[in-house]
Amino acid sequence: MSLTRHGAASLATVLALGLTLALPQIGAAGADREGAVPPFVPPPDSAIPDDDLGKVIRLGEHIFHDTRNQAPAFVGNDLRCTNCHLDRGRLGHSAPLWAAYVTYPAYRAKNRHVNTFAERLQGCFRYSMNGKAPPLGDPVLVALESYAAFLAHGAPVGVKLPGQGYPKLTKPKGLDIPHGREVYAAKCALCHGENGAGQASSDGTLVFPPLWGGRSYNWGAGMSSVVNAAGFIKANMPLGQGNSLTDAEAWDVAAYIDSRERPQDPRFTGDLAATRAAHHDSPYDFYGQTVDGVTLGAQSSPAGTVAR
Amino acid sequence: MGLKGGKARIALGGLMVLLAASPACAIDGSEIARNGTQTGAPACAACHGDDGGGSIEGGFPRLAGLSVGYLTHELDSFGDGSRENETMGAIAQALTSDERRAVAAYYAGLPAPKAAEASAPDGAISSRGRNLAETGDWSRGVPACGQCHGPAGQGVGAAFPALAGQPAAYLMAQLSAWKTGTRHNDPLGLMKGIADKLSDQDGAAVSAYYAALPASQVGDSR
Repeated sequence: MSLTRHGAASLATVLALGLTLALPQIGAAGADREGAVPPFVPPPDSAIPDDDLGKVIRLGEHIFHDTRNQAPAFVGNDLRCTNCHLDRGRLGHSAPLWAAYVTYPAYRAKNRHVNTFAERLQGCFRYSMNGKAPPLGDPVLVALESYAAFLAHGAPVGVKLPGQGYPKLTKPKGLDIPHGREVYAAKCALCHGENGAGQASSDGTLVFPPLWGGRSYNWGAGMSSVVNAAGFIKANMPLGQGNSLTDAEAWDVAAYIDSRERPQDPRFTGDLAATRAAHHDSPYDFYGQTVDGVTLGAQSSPAGTVAR
Repeated sequence: MGLKGGKARIALGGLMVLLAASPACAIDGSEIARNGTQTGAPACAACHGDDGGGSIEGGFPRLAGLSVGYLTHELDSFGDGSRENETMGAIAQALTSDERRAVAAYYAGLPAPKAAEASAPDGAISSRGRNLAETGDWSRGVPACGQCHGPAGQGVGAAFPALAGQPAAYLMAQLSAWKTGTRHNDPLGLMKGIADKLSDQDGAAVSAYYAALPASQVGDSR
């Protein structure tokens, strides 16, 4: 529908980006089959033990929703874990902690080796939080891992649970950034602002997270891939109205958001094309591409800026 | 004498011309708030209090310290019927667009009351209200109120008004109005979607929770 209405713009955009028009048509791989595995329900807060382990689990929960204040040495932007892992890491289809926890250790193509869960958490800080990775064994990592393990109590280990990660939407024929801009203005700007910078209350408390710019996730974050952003948006946005956008709206608005400038990829070598080739070689990744006159990654704010 | 009278008349005439030519911003919002208008809008203070703090007994909301954009939007909504209210509808219609903005700016500029007048609810009501406010109930697709209205219910921008320190009866009435559709001026239908998922008990609990929060509190961020 949107592709028809904005067909010309879409074509122009895609050609300008040097992307192939015919993106692979892959079905919803890993889509949940009703009844195949019963939905997992994490234990309630009241099940947190009243002992020394419980204290660390509670600290992990606290870090999870108040990340910058609780882990200032490792956070370089205005995001918090709960921005992308809704309901404090409990909500299915919003990359819930309980589903992630039981899939590690795992081999990750991103860094081409087997990662422990703690190393995976390090990645969150380095990329999504545009900060520094806490050293292994750091109390911040121990607390977050304890919280994740608590949420996974009772879950089968090594099983891909329904609701894991973000939904994998059927790949579109193309990405229509001008349409995405319209969707953004209509459905997103109310909370996240016209310029994507988020929105604070009158007393300065940041309430809605920045989606691009220097205070958002950097170019190495999973969310900078349009695939992840589209899945998250489709399932969860606008807040409280999950699954209200069409797939095309979710794809296009994700493309719009992920084709704005954001902090540099910490793996940047100084050579944009080489960094793109090494880490961003996908038609769903705009790093190193020129969109709306901006070569993304060329003028990025620094990676890994921590506490002010 | 005659000459003096003539001068006075000219001076008065000049003043009237000046007044008539005054830009909208020169409308005195505080005058409307205290005394109403010649066109039949009564004094806002009669219900909302001299300090704009509202009234627990009457269920009249606090206006002091709310965002000017929000207050203006609500007056416009009362005027166009997207927020149905017999009293406020008539009042909004008696105000010109410029008068609405002036009185909204006046109340936005007043300090919010320091302490909440309502006492904190006890036990189960309190914990249910706090949970909805701070955590939501995602098993029913209900985000935390604080995710949009601010962690302390302090309000965000023109679209998400402060909830802290508002009378519980007022907050409950709004949830009910979203549900029944007598209030349908919410952006993206966001509040309609939330209110439909809340039971009357949920509404009462979360309203009591916010009524007991001081309007100026800055809380733990979540």
